[in-house]
Parts: sequence; structure tokens; C-alpha cells
Amino acid sequence: MDKAWQPACKLESLHLRARVLHEIRRFFAERAVLEVETPLLCHGTGTDPQLDFFTTAYCLPPLRQALFLQTSPEFAMKRLLAAGSGSIYQICKAFRNGESGRFHNPEFTILEWYRLGFSLPRLMDEITELVAVLFAGKGLKPAQRISYQAVFQQYTGLDPLVFSCRDYGAYAVDKHIPEAVELCGDDHAIWLDFIFSHKVQPYLGSNALCLVYGYPACQSSLARLNAQNPKITDRVELFINGVELGNGFYELTDAVEQDRRFNEEISIRQQRRLPAPFKDKHLVAALAAGLPDCSGIAIGLDRLLMLLSGSASINEVLAFPVDRA
Amino acid sequence: MAVYSTNEFKAGLKIMLDNDPCAIIENEFVKPGKGQAFNRVKIRNLKTGRVIERTFKSGESLEGADVVDVEMQYLYNDGEYRHFMVQDTFEQYQADQKIVGDASLWLKDQDFCTVTLWNDAPLAVTPANFVELAIVETDPGVRGDTSGGGGKPAKLETGAVVRVPLFVQQGEVIKADTRTGEYISRVKE
Repeated sequence: MDKAWQPACKLESLHLRARVLHEIRRFFAERAVLEVETPLLCHGTGTDPQLDFFTTAYCLPPLRQALFLQTSPEFAMKRLLAAGSGSIYQICKAFRNGESGRFHNPEFTILEWYRLGFSLPRLMDEITELVAVLFAGKGLKPAQRISYQAVFQQYTGLDPLVFSCRDYGAYAVDKHIPEAVELCGDDHAIWLDFIFSHKVQPYLGSNALCLVYGYPACQSSLARLNAQNPKITDRVELFINGVELGNGFYELTDAVEQDRRFNEEISIRQQRRLPAPFKDKHLVAALAAGLPDCSGIAIGLDRLLMLLSGSASINEVLAFPVDRA
Repeated sequence: MAVYSTNEFKAGLKIMLDNDPCAIIENEFVKPGKGQAFNRVKIRNLKTGRVIERTFKSGESLEGADVVDVEMQYLYNDGEYRHFMVQDTFEQYQADQKIVGDASLWLKDQDFCTVTLWNDAPLAVTPANFVELAIVETDPGVRGDTSGGGGKPAKLETGAVVRVPLFVQQGEVIKADTRTGEYISRVKE
């Protein structure tokens, strides 16, 4: 019998989701952070070469134009910040083409928030508090904070900030991932992605929240370079039980620098023959008008629900994953 | 042969890797939020049976392998080769011991089994999940002893040895699971 009309998740999972949404809203209400909504359907797209967008056709005779489903609400939220919204948060859908797997559904739910005047460490405090609220009674151990460089060295013995094709290659061969040599070539960023996702991430946050900060500069398009060490950025990633949960930045506010990074990413997309992005002019203009000093973070809510319910696959927390949508 | 991209990878897909035919067991999409997407794939080499893990850049592609599983009847052993036949077409194939491997311990003349063909040549032989075979050698057990723990080894007519309960006697036909090598039940003639 065809059961595809039924939800993929159990009904308890719907209740868990509702409870988590309620707790998040209460958490931010208590802190006077404003809930906002921004469009899912936009004229511009992100330029990140690692993210693929969905293109839709908007028909308003006689016009027919392409609109894009947003891969993250970041740009629109930054426009609100530049317009003087103050600290804001949003719970919304985001869309990433071609992403499907145990931890990925092409349509998923994001919790994203921005805090005016927050440094990255202060944002990490707030993330830790929110996770403590949501995981209350789950017996999580105290949160850990460690720099990318330290954690990378701890698990691999390699320095992520000093690229040596020979050392990285020798490590890969020694650790039975020799295919990395050909796959990564002389691309430092891909080497880091490969080694980190295979040999570091699985061990992060064993029954605890692990905050990894200070990502290498070659890995972050929207974060600020660290004031003391320009080889790293003020970026943080969250892990629990080896699952990547979210990514935050001390936000880049320099419009000229942002435009330069956009153009760099667009040229990478061209080299890789990826669909041409449409640079968000409004964001560049908003940054020119002035983005206040702030930190922001996006958390994948579905993965958070996976961890809360002990689910092995994202399908276990979605009513209708893409194959049933 | 068709070419498969990583996003078409799924369990059971047969692909060529390092010039050997392989089957995908598991495919995991790994993507750091801000980084390169990979597919970490568990693969069985169909020639050696070895399972390896290999990571590909998402979007990469591999050539498919012309590998099919065909149900065949096992005919006989000529000393060097074992011979198999496809029932519908009467087409016959031969495979040496290296290819038949441990399956030979369960193969009885006229029984059906699965022969994996690569480019129309036998690559591996898998016996049926359940077989019924006579016991040719086992110690006489104590009748009436039905205690769980014990059991004794029994050699079957095809050469496999399985543990059977003490009450099962030489000459009896039993049903066994070839995947685990375990006794299931006696078979009433």
C-alpha cells in the first residue's frame, strides 16, 4: 500500500518541533530581540560558491523574470539592521539546491539572529544559554570552546593555518584517505574541509555543545578578519555529537571589503562554471549606508530536533521530506 | 556503459573503481555549511569482497559496471570448474573455485543460486539464503536432550559444517541459513 501521503516523522516529532519553536520565541522575547520575517523569494542570490540556489520564473505579464529562493535570510536581515531595526531574529525556511542526505533536505528551517554590539564571545555566551534551555533535562555536559587551530592540531597534528601540500598529503595517506591528495590538489580550503569533516568534526561535542571559533581566513566569506591575527576570522561553528548545528560571525561591516569578496566569489563561480549569481545590490547599498556593529548566527533547526530526539536522519523530524513533499 | 554522478549514488549501484567492479553499500552526503560538499561512500569490491570507504567530491562521476545478478541452476563440478545454467535460456556458465569461493560449501546439484556476472562472465556465486541438506556426519546425540546451550557440529552433504541441536541425527535433512551458517530446523521428508 502506498504510504507516501503520510508524514515521514512520528507525531511526537511534530509536538517536539512546536515546543522548541515556542521556547525559542520565549527566549528572545525575554531578551527583547524582535522577531522579523523577510522574503523567501528574492531578486538577488548569495554568491557563496558552495551553495546552489533554486531559480523560479515570476510571470507578471508582460514581464517574466527570474526570482530565487533564498539560501539564507542573512542579506535581508542585514538590510533591516542597517535600517535601524535593532537586534532581530527569524525562524524561516531556506533552500539549497542539490543538498540531500542524512543531514540535508533541500528545504529546511533556519533560526537566525543578530545582536547589536555583541562581540563573538558574547554571542557564544548567548548560544550556550539557548542550547541549555532547549536541552534542559537532556544531561548535556558543560559547553566547550576551542579554537579551530587548536582542535585541528589536537586531532590531526597538522597546523590548519600553515598550508603544506606535502604534510597534508602524508597525513592523508597515513590515515587511509589517500584520495584526498588528488581531490584537494593544492587548494588549502578544500584540504581543510576534507580533513576537518573526516577526522575532526565526528569527535566534536560528545554529549556537549562544542563551539569552534577562529576559522582560517580562506574559509569565511562574510566574517571579519580577527583584529589580532589576520590569518583567522571571527567565525564560530557549533557542534553537538559531531553534528554541525550552526555558523556565526562577528559581521563584516565594511561595504568595500564586502563588495570585493562578492566579486571574488562570483569569479570563483565562473571558473567552476556554476550558475551565475545575481549580486544583491541592496545588501551592498545597505552596507554602504552602514551596518551597525553586530554578531549573528544561523542554526539548523531540523538538525537540532534530530539531536533532541536522537534521530539518525533528518527525515525523522520532517513531516514531509522532499521525496514526499 | 552509463556514467553515474555522486547524486545518483545509492545502495546497490554497480560502478567501476580502480578498474574493478564494485557495489555501493552506503552513500553519505557530507557538507560543511560553508564548505566543499563530499560524498563519503562505502563500497564493496565485487572481485575481492573487500569493503572500503572512499570520498568523492560531490558532482564527480564514475563509470557504471555491467554487473547483473542472475538466478541459475547449479549443474555439476568437473573437478576444475563448476557449471551453472540459466533455466529460461539454457545458457551455461562455468566458474572456478576462486570465483565460487565458500558458496561451494552449500551448492548441491540441481539447486538454485545467484551468479553475479560482470561483462557476461561469472564474478561471484551466492547460494540461496536457505538450503535443505542432509547431514552426512555428526556424533550421536542424547535423545530427549533439548537443553538450549549445547549443540554439536554436523557436516552436511555439500561440505558445510553447522551447529545443530543434540537430538538431530546423521542422515536427517535440515534447513540452514547460508548467510549466517546457522541451523534453522529439521525438514520432515
